[in-house]
Amino acid sequence: MDPARPGLDGVPDPGAPSGADLAALLNRSARGDRDAFARLYDATAARVHGLVLRVVRDPAQAEEVTQETYLEVWRTASRYDADRGSALSWLLTIGHRKAVDRVRSAEAASRRETTYHQRNQAVEHDVTADAAHASLEAKRVRTALADLTEIQREAVELAYLGGYTHTEVAALLDLPVGTAKTRIRDGLIRLRDAIGVGR
Amino acid sequence: MTDHTQHSDGGDQVSADLHGLSGAYAVDALDEVERARFERHLADCAECRAEVAELQETAALLATDEVAPPPALRDAVLAGIETVRPLPPATGGDAPTDHRRARRRWRSGRTLLVAAAVVLIALAVGTAWLRPWAEDGGDTIATPSTTERVLEADDATRVRQDFPDGSSATVVLSRNEGHAVIVTEDMANAPAGRVYQLWLETPEGSMLSAGLMPDDPDTTLLLEGDAAEATAVGITVEPDGGSKEPTTDPIALFPLEA
Ligand SMILES: [Zn+2]
Repeated sequence: MDPARPGLDGVPDPGAPSGADLAALLNRSARGDRDAFARLYDATAARVHGLVLRVVRDPAQAEEVTQETYLEVWRTASRYDADRGSALSWLLTIGHRKAVDRVRSAEAASRRETTYHQRNQAVEHDVTADAAHASLEAKRVRTALADLTEIQREAVELAYLGGYTHTEVAALLDLPVGTAKTRIRDGLIRLRDAIGVGR
Repeated sequence: MTDHTQHSDGGDQVSADLHGLSGAYAVDALDEVERARFERHLADCAECRAEVAELQETAALLATDEVAPPPALRDAVLAGIETVRPLPPATGGDAPTDHRRARRRWRSGRTLLVAAAVVLIALAVGTAWLRPWAEDGGDTIATPSTTERVLEADDATRVRQDFPDGSSATVVLSRNEGHAVIVTEDMANAPAGRVYQLWLETPEGSMLSAGLMPDDPDTTLLLEGDAAEATAVGITVEPDGGSKEPTTDPIALFPLEA
């Protein structure tokens, strides 16, 4: 796959960096190259922030999480291992972990209770919204998602985009406790094989 | 499903259960306890490490939303990195048979001391807009001579704390010199927007600030203040710039012999 994506609003982007370019920028950031890091930020911030916002929902909190994410990326850039995945996936993994930790905090817990239902509904709408996404990659993902069972797809999306634990996913989908983690794994593996990640 | 039977940690059934958590781990759908348990497993299971990497790559494909953050965020990030030192590469090479090293290597990217993870996660939350990186941290200047005198003092005593993530900290105290020094190994950085602050406990039980620790995994630092009568040294996690008095429970406490 090609994780590089163009299209940063308002940022001139002469030739979006490829996945290899992003990895090179990350390596240079590890050596303290601030310009490289700025370019890395410009090339990835919309994607990272989009995911963080999707999970966190609250724009102000999402901005904090995105900021924390990039400071962490800067600090730990030397630990990126190209053998283990693309640079963009590495950034998104850090951002996702931070977003999830944020929504699971005790402080957010009470607020979440009230929006549980709303969020659950939002998952349905998002499918339609995403269908409008023009990129080829998104189309491939969409096609691959159709290969999953309904339960697998919902479990993966609730966990990844909703930021729910597998126990919460089980409750949301009326699955026996302990089975959602299997649905999530099976769904991801099927998706991986359909798209050909890591092959 | 793959069958990995080379596991020694806890029997086949337990291992099989743990392998099955790879997907939920990849999308951060494990709770704190499960996550910690699975990360211990990951340190020793190459197959799960590979699978997690692939599934994280796969999940990332679902992150199709693109939302440009406000320009002020870019400015804050680029200003923020000015005061954050990039970690050195994890050295030690690939030695999959060396569990200790594998574990350390795997965890080296984690921000949080495992011992303090719960506390730190609670703290990392609710940080107000991260402050513009006050230029503190330079006020704990260790004059090498004093530090050396403490480390080599005849009456020097050492109190060491080991943390589950493999890091450690040792407080060296010399009553005669009236100072204490802390020596850390592999210590994880404080979370963004936070700092480790050192404290000296007085015989009356109050805590006096002994300075801020730099984000440096291996550091030797002279504590500020008079340690001649201190009864303990503590480390707390405080907002950047430090606090006048501890605002959280210590993540580590080093009792000092009288
Ligand atoms: Zn395993």
